[in-house]
Amino acid sequence: MTFFKEFTQLLKKNIRDYGMYIALFVIMAFFTIATDGIFISSRNISNLLNQMGYIAVLAIGMTLVIVIRHIDLSVGFLAGFLGAIAAIALTNWGLPVWLVIPMVMVFGILAGMVTATTIAKLGIPSFVATLAGWLIYRGALLRATLKTGTIIIPNDAFNALGNGYIPDFPMENFLPGLHKLTLLLGLIASILLVISEINSRKKKIEYEFEVVSKNIFIVKLIFIVILLYAITYVLAGYNGLSWTAVIVLLVTLVYQFITTKTFLGRHIYAVGGNPEAAELSGISVNKITYVVFGSMGMLAALSGMLFASRLQSATTTAGTLFELDAIAAAYVGGVSSAGGVGKVTGSLIGAIVMMSLTNGMNLMGIDISTQYMVRGAVLVAAVVFDVATRKQRK
Amino acid sequence: MNFPILEMKHITKEFPGVRALDDVSFRVEREKIHCLVGENGAGKSTLMKVLSGVYPNGAYEGEIYLDGELQRFKNTHDSEEAGIAVIYQELTLVPEMSIYENVFLGHEIRNGVTVDINETIKQTIQVLDKVGLKINPTTKVKDLGIGKQQLVEIAKALSRDAELLILDEPTSALNETDSENLLGLLKDLKKQGVTSILITHKLKEVIAIADKVTVLRDGLSVVTLDPEAGEVTEDSLIRNMVGRSIENIYPEREKSSNGEVVFEVRDWSAYDPRRGRKILENVNIKLHKGEVVGITGLMGAGRTELALSLFGNTENYHIDGEMFIDGDPVKLNSPGKAIQSGLAYVTEDRKGNGLILIQDVKSNITIANLKRVLNYGIINENAEIKHAREYSDSLNIKTPSIEQAVLNLSGGNQQKVSLAKWLYVQPDIMILDEPTRGIDVGAKYEIFTIMNRLLSEGMSIIMISSEMSEILGMTDRIYVISSGRVTGELETSKADQESIMRLATL
Repeated sequence: MTFFKEFTQLLKKNIRDYGMYIALFVIMAFFTIATDGIFISSRNISNLLNQMGYIAVLAIGMTLVIVIRHIDLSVGFLAGFLGAIAAIALTNWGLPVWLVIPMVMVFGILAGMVTATTIAKLGIPSFVATLAGWLIYRGALLRATLKTGTIIIPNDAFNALGNGYIPDFPMENFLPGLHKLTLLLGLIASILLVISEINSRKKKIEYEFEVVSKNIFIVKLIFIVILLYAITYVLAGYNGLSWTAVIVLLVTLVYQFITTKTFLGRHIYAVGGNPEAAELSGISVNKITYVVFGSMGMLAALSGMLFASRLQSATTTAGTLFELDAIAAAYVGGVSSAGGVGKVTGSLIGAIVMMSLTNGMNLMGIDISTQYMVRGAVLVAAVVFDVATRKQRK
Repeated sequence: MNFPILEMKHITKEFPGVRALDDVSFRVEREKIHCLVGENGAGKSTLMKVLSGVYPNGAYEGEIYLDGELQRFKNTHDSEEAGIAVIYQELTLVPEMSIYENVFLGHEIRNGVTVDINETIKQTIQVLDKVGLKINPTTKVKDLGIGKQQLVEIAKALSRDAELLILDEPTSALNETDSENLLGLLKDLKKQGVTSILITHKLKEVIAIADKVTVLRDGLSVVTLDPEAGEVTEDSLIRNMVGRSIENIYPEREKSSNGEVVFEVRDWSAYDPRRGRKILENVNIKLHKGEVVGITGLMGAGRTELALSLFGNTENYHIDGEMFIDGDPVKLNSPGKAIQSGLAYVTEDRKGNGLILIQDVKSNITIANLKRVLNYGIINENAEIKHAREYSDSLNIKTPSIEQAVLNLSGGNQQKVSLAKWLYVQPDIMILDEPTRGIDVGAKYEIFTIMNRLLSEGMSIIMISSEMSEILGMTDRIYVISSGRVTGELETSKADQESIMRLATL
């Protein structure tokens, strides 16, 4: 088979998986041209990633919620409320950062468990149960900020979560203007990636599984490495990797691992794919519901803290509409509301796509009314694409 | 000239791969109760769907005449207009609406743009009177028992001036008093000029009420019998329903049972709170090691309900009774526990609750026993692929690869994936629910061969099936159930289709 033929065939077969990346690429290219390169500048990309951090973690949690055929509308104000709790814990209670962060995440898990109880045990539709949560957490946020209004957080370590960057080697003359630790991390990441890809291909050959031809494989590796390094280089050109980006990357890696490599992930997708069959296969649908909503609550806590840290304060309106941004990101990322379909990485890309749209249109000076309409159109287009490619496969 | 109210001529209806009706002719005289009987899958429901326009004109061959006039129904609305009303087993009432709203649903009596509620209630009382129901028409349907709901459904049909009433298994969900009431009503309606076609499995009802009986078998109309000529007896009906030889599609097997009881239920009763009635009553079943026990019965007898109640009771029935595995009493309150205790359940509805269609063959095979490929909670993908391949190969599953989504496979291969999934849990006892439904003869033979192999390896099998020929061909012993009760236990060597049918229609 010729190289080109195989390439187009692969593209056709996996259009669903690659579609999003292509869309992201097109969007980025468009804004880069439209803004004379400002969009792709180090400073802007770094900013963009920090802006989307708190939505991205929510979108990752929401992916699993939608995969098991539920929805969670309460996470926006839950994030806002828990962000306020973190602020109060740091300022009023005087607790240290290393305690506050895990503590608030545990609160998030508990909140998720309460939601799961109403859904799994009491049989309330998740839309209604979490709409109630939306109201309750909104009230709780207002109550928490009642006396003081906005709570200023005077804690540098905490505020670094949303604004800080990883430190660098103290070598001013070597590679001036570039963030050296970021470059090093990028190098390590690409090496690890190449090794793991080669290993997995080797094993597949050992087991006599079908693999792509060597040429395609090499092209794919080169492409990924260039892409990874391009991103690293762009980031290194400003302040390097931000703590927000590190957190999002970690969450993505952990969730990607759990969903693709562990029994828990298998069980989650089985429950989403066919709950009756999953139950009869010995999987407790209730248990999975608890796990997924618990994880959603935990990520809502993380999202709330990222946002509070970014603003260096907890505000009375923190978390407004986060849930809808997260849901939109998940759908753009290829999650199916029919259940059982959707990738964590897809939702991350979805979040980046949506944030790129906002960011790019801001740079172009497009007014906010048009921005909302464009984002709405992109959401519809993404889902239409998804439905169309699924039909085609059948 | 006096035409019959209905005449269907040379009706042929084909589905991909199956001829459901083959040149069937069916004639119903005015103001008679005409019973339609036959085995499961004989074509009764298909014939009625052709008549009622579910299959539109052109989707079948043949002609339908009402009162001598040729009819071409494009949909069910057309047949309703022509005076045909079908009452399905699953009632089509809206539970949250009142009786009068249901009776005139879709044919509301209007007063300008608003519904004339007073007139509606007045007319509802009139039709309720016709079916002998004295009840406030503003009562919500969900507050009625199933017997009264059925009467409301008939009242709904009468309100539309139906002349030909088709009832599909109307008494299968009713208790005896309600059944008698219903049959009495049909006789009354006959006097008022309404003709009824009654599809039923209960031969006693047929003998009690029929003015004419037509027997369908394998999509052919076998015979029409006249009770007045003394042609309708239980024997004659059963003979006509099953009268064919069993094709030789059952592989030979050495009987290997050694008499040790591996599984037993005693006085097993189940109450379904959603249906509000008992679905199983005092069921006693024993399974010996290396044996195939058949459980058979007609539609709605409680076969699948029995399996679900045994396998972890996912439907939350209220259960009474005891279960023993290898002589030890067990309580299986979840499928996980049932699997641990050595049970496996290959479901009847592989698409509904058996397989995860959007996932690939590999994931479906391993899902019920992922433990076998786990290392500290992490899936060993290579081992998983290897295992899935072994099972896929040993069952001869025809798929381009084990990474293929199950929804792309044929029915027979899907069924084999379902079998592989349950073999992967390495059970001692397998419950197979309709293992050959919707698959072709070749795949059936393969499944039977696999069953024989498993038996020789020491497994024991409970085979639930409505196909009598395969029950007779594959089992050692047979339990026949009817209305949730075991009405008989037979040695397969001494059983035949007629003796089973007799017990199933009790």
